[in-house]
Parts: sequence; C-alpha cells; structure tokens
Amino acid sequence: MKGISDYLNLHATALTVRAKRNKVLASNIANAATPNFKARDIDFQALINKAEGNGPMRATDARHFKVSIEASAEKMKYRTPVNPSRDGNTVEMNVEQMEFSENVIRYQTTLTFLNNKISGLTSAIKGE
Amino acid sequence: MAGIENIFDVAGRSMSAQLVRLNTIASNLANAGNISGTEEEAYRAMKPIFQTTYAENVKQSGISTTEVAGITTTERLPERVFMPEHPLADDQGFVFSAAVNVEEEYIEMLEAKRQYANNVEVVTTLRALMMRTINMGK
Repeated sequence: MKGISDYLNLHATALTVRAKRNKVLASNIANAATPNFKARDIDFQALINKAEGNGPMRATDARHFKVSIEASAEKMKYRTPVNPSRDGNTVEMNVEQMEFSENVIRYQTTLTFLNNKISGLTSAIKGE
Repeated sequence: MAGIENIFDVAGRSMSAQLVRLNTIASNLANAGNISGTEEEAYRAMKPIFQTTYAENVKQSGISTTEVAGITTTERLPERVFMPEHPLADDQGFVFSAAVNVEEEYIEMLEAKRQYANNVEVVTTLRALMMRTINMGK
C-alpha cells in the first residue's frame, strides 16, 4: 500500500495546494470592492518544495519529521498591486482572474495526471 | 450564522453584499429628481459599507469574504432649485431636489454587476472542478 500512496503522493499534494490556492483567489475576487482589503496568495512552488523536502528544511533521514503543508500561515503572502487604488484595496481584477484561470488549468492538469496514474495502476492490477 | 468554510460561502456572501449594493443603487435611481419642500426631507443617496469577514481558520486557509456592515447616506447636499410654481415651494419659491448623482450610480451599477458576475464565474468553474475530482479514477 505504501508503494501506491508514494506513487500518487506528489500529485495528491499538488492537488491539495491548488485547491487551497483556488479558495484564496476566490476570497480575493469576493473582496474586490471592500475598502482596505489586501489581496493574498500562496507561493505554490515554495509549498511544494517544502512538502517534498526539497526546500531549505530537507528531510535527509527516514527519522526526520515531514514538514506539514497545513502549517502555512507564514507562507500566505500579500500581493503587490500594479495600480494601487485609493481606498486601500489591492485586488486587481485582471491579475486575480488571470491567476485564477491559470490555477484552474493547473488543477485540471494535475487531476489528469492522477487519473492516468490510477488507470495505469488499475490495468496493472487487473493484468489486462 | 454558520462559519465561512468553503467556496460557496465565500462567493454566496459576496454576492449578497453586491445585491445589497444593487438595491441601494435602484432606490437611489428611483428617487433621482424627487422634489421636496425642505432640505431635511429631501432624499439623500444611500451607500452600503463593505467589510471583510474572515473565516475562523483564516491563518491556515486564507478564506475571507465580504459583508455589508451598514448603510450610510452620502454627504452631498440636496440641490436648491428655483421653482415658484411648484406646490411644495417655500416662500422664496425654492424646492430641494434629491441628492443623487445619476452618472455615479450608473458607474457603480456596472461595477457591482461585474463583480457579481465574477463571483458567479468562480462558483461555476470550481463546481465543475469538484465534479471532475469526484469522478477521479473512473
């Protein structure tokens, strides 16, 4: 069983982070008209590096703890606006919509990878 | 009220806030050009105050949405118009017309409409993604 979960692990993590990022971007879009709201985002690459143990905190030994991707308060970053608005809101619709579409496409890509891996496993198990 | 947990709470509450905004715009436009006899009685444009509402676990999830904290009236003063033949005119022949700037309301209506549509778009997209995720491995 461990082999199977390791086999799917990278894409499963990526899917979780993408889903999480979708929620953050949706919150930004929901707050497009709220004065003084600061748009936030997740650094996907940094989070994946951390989950994979490739970041500055590397799990080089089997006895090392794995770093949880859930404890991520400090990894949520504030967006620097291109054209700051006077009411202190840093949501820029063009930026948010672009990031959102990109994230959705990448989510779908990850999902396709997962599906392919699963069907590969299924046909191996069935021996067809 | 239940907490903010998922995408439907986020977009739903934001859409309600935008609807309140559209309602105030409708009231303002409906009252544009209304005449009254005194400055106090004259209609003043209403504006909702938006504020961010955060989910309980916002530190982890980053989820937040917007809500209407209250409704204020604008500080613009009603216009004093000389209309001596009007039945509500004061002894000097002046009436007060509603403090509504129609152009401003139109622009605001367009903005509210677009932001409402953006939220709908987010829900539609993410709902499709969820359906595909449910069917994973089939």
